[in-house]
Amino acid sequence: MKYDRILVRYGEISTKGRNRSKFTNKMKSNIKRLLADDQIQVEAQRDRMFIYLNGASFDDVKEKLVHVSGIQSFSPVVKTSQELDEVKAAALELVKKAMSGGTTFKVETRRADKTFPLDTHTLNHEIGGHVLRNTEQLTVDVRNPDLTLVVEVRKEAVYLSCETIAGAGGMPAGAAGKAVLLLSGGLDSPVAGYLMMKRGVEIEAVHFFSPPYTSERAKQKVIDLADALTKYGGQIRLHIVPFTSIQETIHKQVPENYTMTSTRRIMMRIADRIREQTGSLAIVTGESLGQVASQTMESMAAINDVTNTPVLRPLIASDKLDIMEIARKIGTHDISILPFEDCCTIFTPAAPKTRPKTEKVQYFESFLDFNPLIEQAVRDTETIMLPKKEAEIEDLL
Amino acid sequence: MIYFDNSATTMPDGSVMETFLKAGTRFFANPSSLHTPGMEAERLIEKARAQIAGLIGAAPDEIIFTSGGTESNNLAVKGTAAFYKGRGRHIITTAFEHPSVYEAFLALEKDGFSVTFVRPDENGIVRVKDIEKAITDETIFVSVMHVNNETGAVQPVEEIGQMLQQYPGVSFHVDGVQGFGKVPLHLNKACVDLLSVSGHKFHGLNGTGFLYKRSGVNVLPLFSGGGQENGLRSGTENAAGIASLARAVRLLHNENPEKLRKITGTIREQLNTRNWAVVHTPIQAAPHILNFSVPGVKGEVLVHALEKEGIVVSTTSACSSKQNKPSRTLEAMNVSGEQAASAIRVSISRYNTMEEANQFIAALDRVVPVLAKKRNERK
Repeated sequence: MKYDRILVRYGEISTKGRNRSKFTNKMKSNIKRLLADDQIQVEAQRDRMFIYLNGASFDDVKEKLVHVSGIQSFSPVVKTSQELDEVKAAALELVKKAMSGGTTFKVETRRADKTFPLDTHTLNHEIGGHVLRNTEQLTVDVRNPDLTLVVEVRKEAVYLSCETIAGAGGMPAGAAGKAVLLLSGGLDSPVAGYLMMKRGVEIEAVHFFSPPYTSERAKQKVIDLADALTKYGGQIRLHIVPFTSIQETIHKQVPENYTMTSTRRIMMRIADRIREQTGSLAIVTGESLGQVASQTMESMAAINDVTNTPVLRPLIASDKLDIMEIARKIGTHDISILPFEDCCTIFTPAAPKTRPKTEKVQYFESFLDFNPLIEQAVRDTETIMLPKKEAEIEDLL
Repeated sequence: MIYFDNSATTMPDGSVMETFLKAGTRFFANPSSLHTPGMEAERLIEKARAQIAGLIGAAPDEIIFTSGGTESNNLAVKGTAAFYKGRGRHIITTAFEHPSVYEAFLALEKDGFSVTFVRPDENGIVRVKDIEKAITDETIFVSVMHVNNETGAVQPVEEIGQMLQQYPGVSFHVDGVQGFGKVPLHLNKACVDLLSVSGHKFHGLNGTGFLYKRSGVNVLPLFSGGGQENGLRSGTENAAGIASLARAVRLLHNENPEKLRKITGTIREQLNTRNWAVVHTPIQAAPHILNFSVPGVKGEVLVHALEKEGIVVSTTSACSSKQNKPSRTLEAMNVSGEQAASAIRVSISRYNTMEEANQFIAALDRVVPVLAKKRNERK
């Protein structure tokens, strides 16, 4: 069956008032960029959006659309002529595709074309009767049906839809401003990024890279993670910060049990510099209270000491198992668990302070001016635009 | 030359060959090595895996790259039997499988497994109920080919797979070597646990192929070694071959196999009007294979006579034609010994044309009367 268009229903956007078009336009441009298909047209109306397929495959579009934040649900729509037999045939096919076992249904007809000879009641009866006669285990329930077949009679054509597919919910990506995400390569930070993106935040990802202690594969893993996140709303810029000399300096300068705290503080300072440069408003981390030594309340206070920028921690009260479940759902879990060393695991002291004191770490760091090192790292940062096509490999395949 | 032996091997597609050459030159490093060239080769393989998985509706970790059909079949048959032998020691297949399945079953029989070879009906198609009848409490494995390599007969693998859903202890393998890309097969609808695929049957290269293994189904590896392919197929990966395979699968995916049926259909119609020909391929067959006999003329003689006319065909399957044994498939269909000895297989690909089909018929019309006359003179 060939679908003509997709009807998209808004989620939380519908609660917006006069600024609603700001959100719908953002979602429209996100969808257009994601589908990357010139033949497909997107039309954003105040209460719903239409995606005109113009011959493109619904299944392909559906696969991408389920990830777009801001969509409550969507339905594929079939277009037929005003010929009643054609309408009936399409109705039957749609219901058959959507039903499973003992299903209840009803027909809901809207007649925008008042010149159409049959009224809505007769149409409901005609179409519903045809569907019932040609299916088994289907019954009518007008109050609480499992399936609603919507038939819209218009001058130019008749539109039918039956299936409703749940969307990702949330707000359109990019509608809520930009933030810097600290992306490590572990399980948590991609999930934190995803949750923020779902609330409409555009992401600038920052990763700290310490060659030769960490490998190209570890870097590639982070590129893959950021790439996986682009499914959920547009582009992501990934900033890869060379971190080796800073880590080596900290290692020499700071007592071993405070190196972890100090490392995090410098990371936060670098992230803050990148935030400034990219016009972002906040820093997002995947921290979850008490998960590791750096994520105790004391550690977070000592680390947060270096900046006044809002640090958003969407996972702060989440359990690890719940985080893993989201990671699986969004496709980052299997990438995250690949066993490559990252810069945090390599210099980890045997017994890091779980309750560091801010004054102490300030004191340890006071013997050396880290600013030149930080500026150098920011200058040498490599920026990768994602999604990135690996042209060479794709050409081969 | 008119090449009508595509079920034996197809000509590699030019762009597949190009991918192989470029990938072999550019991504030559060992994919398991730590350095960047190693990582790039690994990446090429993983992208290829994801592409193939996407095209056949599987997950990337369900694809095991192998050296082709024979290895995939051996890994599926012997690997599954070895893994699940604690559950039972009875395994089922058909009497007309490719030697790489058939002989693997015979080897397992020697190892103490009990084996049932189910015979087909007169069209060379196995009945679902005959498979079901063979199942016992001891059964752990059923293997049925999708498309027969000699006659092109399509087996009811979807029905068999669904029937087997009532026997959760039984794994289901499909030898998809001839059917892949020629006859639609939905892995989930047909409840296939393992599917063998070989690259050189669809314009890929010899020595490339894969085994689809549904996640949750287990096999023991055939090879001991470095644990590549998730521990299931040790040996340094053939990165260039794998890349070329991914390309061949993609090209195949864009084809409409039913186009081939016009050509085999024409040959079939023509043969039906000749009183010297008997067509063995049933109507319910793959679009690219046509098997027939000219009774009284040995298949081998006809192959050589046609080659002189510039047309390349096979007697039975290439893998058994050198052994000079009558076709097991035709024998299982109760085709007479004389007819089986004169059987010829025409197998076409997307590069063949209707014009070639007409030339083939014209060549037969020239050659067959001469051969028949010679035979009568000998008598």
